[in-house]
Amino acid sequence: MAADSTLIVLDSSQRKRSDRLGERGFLYVTLAATLVAVGVLVAIAVKVFDLAAPAISKFGVGFLWSQDWNAVTNRFGALDFIYGTAVSSLVALAIAAPISIAIALFLTELAPKWLRTPVGALVEVLSGIPSVVIGLWGILVLGPIVESQVEPFLNSFLGWIPLFSGRYSPVGLLPAILVLTIMITPIVSSISRELLSRVPKEQIEGALAIGATRWEMIRGVMLPYVGPGIIAALILGVGRAVGEAIAVTQVIGTTAGIRSSLFGPADTLASRIASQYQGAVSNLQVSSLAYLAAILLVLSLLFNLGAQLIVRRVERSRG
Amino acid sequence: MDDTPSTPRSDLKPIQISERTRPGSSTRDIVFDVQKLSLHYGSTLAISEITVPIYKNHVTAFIGPSGCGKSTFIRCLNRMNDLVPIARVTGQVLYHGQDLYGPTVDPVQVRRHIGMVFQKPNPFPKSIYDNIAWGLKILGKKDNLDDRVEQALRKAALWDEVKDRLKSSGLALSGGQQQRLCIARAIAIEPDVILMDEPASALDPISTTRIEDLIHELKQDYTIAIVTHNMQQAARVADMTAFFSLDVSEGRRAGVLVEYDETTTIFTRPADKRTEDYVTGRFG
Ligand SMILES: Nc1ncnc2c1ncn2[C@@H]1O[C@H](COP(=O)(O)OP(=O)(O)OP(=O)(O)O)[C@@H](O)[C@H]1O
Ligand SMILES: [Mg+2]
Repeated sequence: MAADSTLIVLDSSQRKRSDRLGERGFLYVTLAATLVAVGVLVAIAVKVFDLAAPAISKFGVGFLWSQDWNAVTNRFGALDFIYGTAVSSLVALAIAAPISIAIALFLTELAPKWLRTPVGALVEVLSGIPSVVIGLWGILVLGPIVESQVEPFLNSFLGWIPLFSGRYSPVGLLPAILVLTIMITPIVSSISRELLSRVPKEQIEGALAIGATRWEMIRGVMLPYVGPGIIAALILGVGRAVGEAIAVTQVIGTTAGIRSSLFGPADTLASRIASQYQGAVSNLQVSSLAYLAAILLVLSLLFNLGAQLIVRRVERSRG
Repeated sequence: MDDTPSTPRSDLKPIQISERTRPGSSTRDIVFDVQKLSLHYGSTLAISEITVPIYKNHVTAFIGPSGCGKSTFIRCLNRMNDLVPIARVTGQVLYHGQDLYGPTVDPVQVRRHIGMVFQKPNPFPKSIYDNIAWGLKILGKKDNLDDRVEQALRKAALWDEVKDRLKSSGLALSGGQQQRLCIARAIAIEPDVILMDEPASALDPISTTRIEDLIHELKQDYTIAIVTHNMQQAARVADMTAFFSLDVSEGRRAGVLVEYDETTTIFTRPADKRTEDYVTGRFG
């Protein structure tokens, strides 16, 4: 037994060393991974701003509110695309938010048990469909429906609002909004569902035990509990909408300009970059596209930061 | 319904309800008349044919080894088991003579009369004030909200400790204070019965004493049913005590009511050997 105990002592000292090595190795690996991630981000930012430098020095911040986009006169500005990006993303968000929350609530609280798993899985699958496929579907199926059904319908009820007047078209802001809605909804609903399913059982029972109805419990306990998380999910969703290029390019009509109607064509920052980079005719145009990319980069960083701040604030307040 | 409880005589499960505790022998009103209540989780029988009367303005304790179905039983009394989709109840729970599981009974309405306090304090992540006001608001008791909140906190013996910080979060309180807040929340909606499932088991001895004192006070106004693991606690707070046990005969493991009597009788002269073994610490 004495021999055993010395063995054990030897063993544990050996293990300690390998533990120490392992721990250090783990530290280095994670550190390296973090540095690579930060490095790539910095490299991208440097490259984008470097490429954008000529346009930045030529147009300055005025680029942000200039409506020019003319390859012949070589004058460029971002306002049309900022407008297109903002309208398409925000309206998509406004439609997607209530639908996503409703889907998530339905799947966690209201749907019969046997329906939850298959429908939940379907939502997950939807969130994984490549955007180019959604865009293609947008051209082939959604666009014609928008032109023949959705726009006439909206026009007949809300035609007095300029947003819903004008010529019906299979491409334009409205199809782009719908495509983005379809892209955001599954993501936000699957995150919301996850959040809702993690509301502590004690909280739910506490509310029901004082005679709350299911709906009162959802409104008074579940939604406040998951609210900040859902807002963070929505910010991530809108971030995805802002950065979406391909699917938007396919249905938005890729035409500069600010039109009062959602039926007309438009363009977004991401879509403009994707559609014009290959065919750019001057260095300044390439540089201006990089300027658009820089704006996009800053926007997406802001969105991510915002989402993280919210999550962290909530985590701190819950201890 | 007649006033004598149907004590199963020829039954397999020996349930003792002694002469002294029979209603009619004194002027006790029955709040719950539980008759042959069984509950299955899926195909598993969890509690079997529980028959027990619960008296008005009494504290009734439910004791017994872990897993014998005390929580399951008490959650039948406010239809909390409705939340468990696989739970199926048979038998009868008469609440002031009304069948709690009758076809027209709304469980939401049931819970407005029969409040519940849980093992783990579960205040809402709202302010102390709103923890209590929320229930009042959804029940439409919006008049004199401040008064009602104060009264509930006073009854729960918490007012003096929190009156200067009603707007701060309920989660910032100590465990014992949180539990009293949960009791205040239950009291605020003016229930008739308060069910407590091991309300002090997560608390330190001093907080536990405060909760026990509180239970004494509350029985003036409410009928209280309490599940506890702690036999001293049952002896201290309860007027009546029901001893549950696991019946492992016939290849099943189901909770049964072994004996129900005055607390002093259960602890000093139990009629059933199993009760005696349990309360003297020889078992479980
Ligand atoms: N939701 C549920 N689904 C399935 N089985 C359950 C459920 N809740 C409880 N049970 C089972 O029912 C039996 C009784 O459990 P219960 O929680 O009522 O016991 P208890 O007497 O309260 O125990 P404890 O003293 O440990 O709290 C146990 O075997 C338990 O596993
Ligand atoms: Mg229990």
